[in-house]
Amino acid sequence: TINPLIFRLAVFVLAAFIGYYVVWAVTPALHTPLMSVTNAISAVVVVGAIVAAAASALGSPDPDIVQKVWTAKWLGAGAVALACVNIFGGFMVTNRMLAMYKKKERPAPTEAASPSAQNK
Amino acid sequence: MSTVDISALLYLVCAVLFIFSIRGLASPETARQGNKIGIFGMALAAATTLFLVKDNLDGATFGLIAGGVVVGGGVGAVLATRAPMTAMPQMVGMFNALGGLASLLVALAAFYAPASFGLLGAEGTIAPRSLIEMSLSVLIGAITFSGSLIAALKLNGSISGGPILLPLRHVINLLIAVGIVALIAITANSNGAQSGGGMLLIWIALLALIFGITLVIPIGGADMPVVVSMLNSYSGWAAAALGFTLSNFALIVVGAIVGASGAILSYIMCKAMNRSFISVIAGGFGGDDAG
Repeated sequence: TINPLIFRLAVFVLAAFIGYYVVWAVTPALHTPLMSVTNAISAVVVVGAIVAAAASALGSPDPDIVQKVWTAKWLGAGAVALACVNIFGGFMVTNRMLAMYKKKERPAPTEAASPSAQNK
Repeated sequence: MSTVDISALLYLVCAVLFIFSIRGLASPETARQGNKIGIFGMALAAATTLFLVKDNLDGATFGLIAGGVVVGGGVGAVLATRAPMTAMPQMVGMFNALGGLASLLVALAAFYAPASFGLLGAEGTIAPRSLIEMSLSVLIGAITFSGSLIAALKLNGSISGGPILLPLRHVINLLIAVGIVALIAITANSNGAQSGGGMLLIWIALLALIFGITLVIPIGGADMPVVVSMLNSYSGWAAAALGFTLSNFALIVVGAIVGASGAILSYIMCKAMNRSFISVIAGGFGGDDAG
């Protein structure tokens, strides 16, 4: 069996390649919304924050350990709050930018100019 | 299938959704749909995580998490709705700062309760490998936080948009970098909470906070969107480092995707503005034409 660390490293490197290839085709006008949505997605750290908030002393009666676990839980809760500002704010800001972009582009040019629209 | 396996499969679905989301934002026809897919992916990631930790979800824990979501989500929603359209880039910068701070807090939490995350070895110590990963999360999270904050303030005009050149800044940056590397080496050999407490990580955080400022402050305001995109990439790498610490598939994969795509996006943005990527990013290190 593969060492779990090596397996994770492989997944990490391949995922980085996906990230590398997925953004090249972006339209210049969409640079800022794309940045905004990847920023919102980077708040996936909320996953780690929830795990931290759910930390447990695993039944240990040691008051020192219990106190440290509570420190971890509060740090986790703080991280959940910060990440949620990023998530809600990030996706809503992206939505606002895209709404503006669409209004601007609606009159004629998008339909006429892009051949890809006809193909669909 | 175990809870961990089911969660990993659901995280895989999240990762695919996020790839479609980023891809969707690349063209006008699919952009709005891309944003919706991203929201769905994030909701699924959070729900999957609640499922993963379901055995620990007592009332107090659920209250902490729900409280965080309500407070953070509320603040984020209000900020996103009230900000004028012209202030969008600095809003993204500020949100990114908070995301970086969140990674920092999670890394500290893992340090304080290592047993809960399966990081405690047989002798009651944390493995050097985990300590290095935690140090990196703290380091990148802190740089992201202070750097993004400076970028947002520059974009907002709260501090001068012009490049602020500190005297001896190369020497200062070099000293800070050496100090951080030394602290990480000490942390890696510290066995964790038993010796040194959390102070080593706090010191790394403090130095990294200063580093974030000294890296961004010499870069001119016109280049700030590129800097925000670059710092956005950093927050992805910070999340990935946490993923290694917590053995969390979603954090590793999504962190790497965001890290790489953010870096490429900042390169693309530079090209679109006819700026040299190296001179913008190196502005903090001494590129003379930055700003």
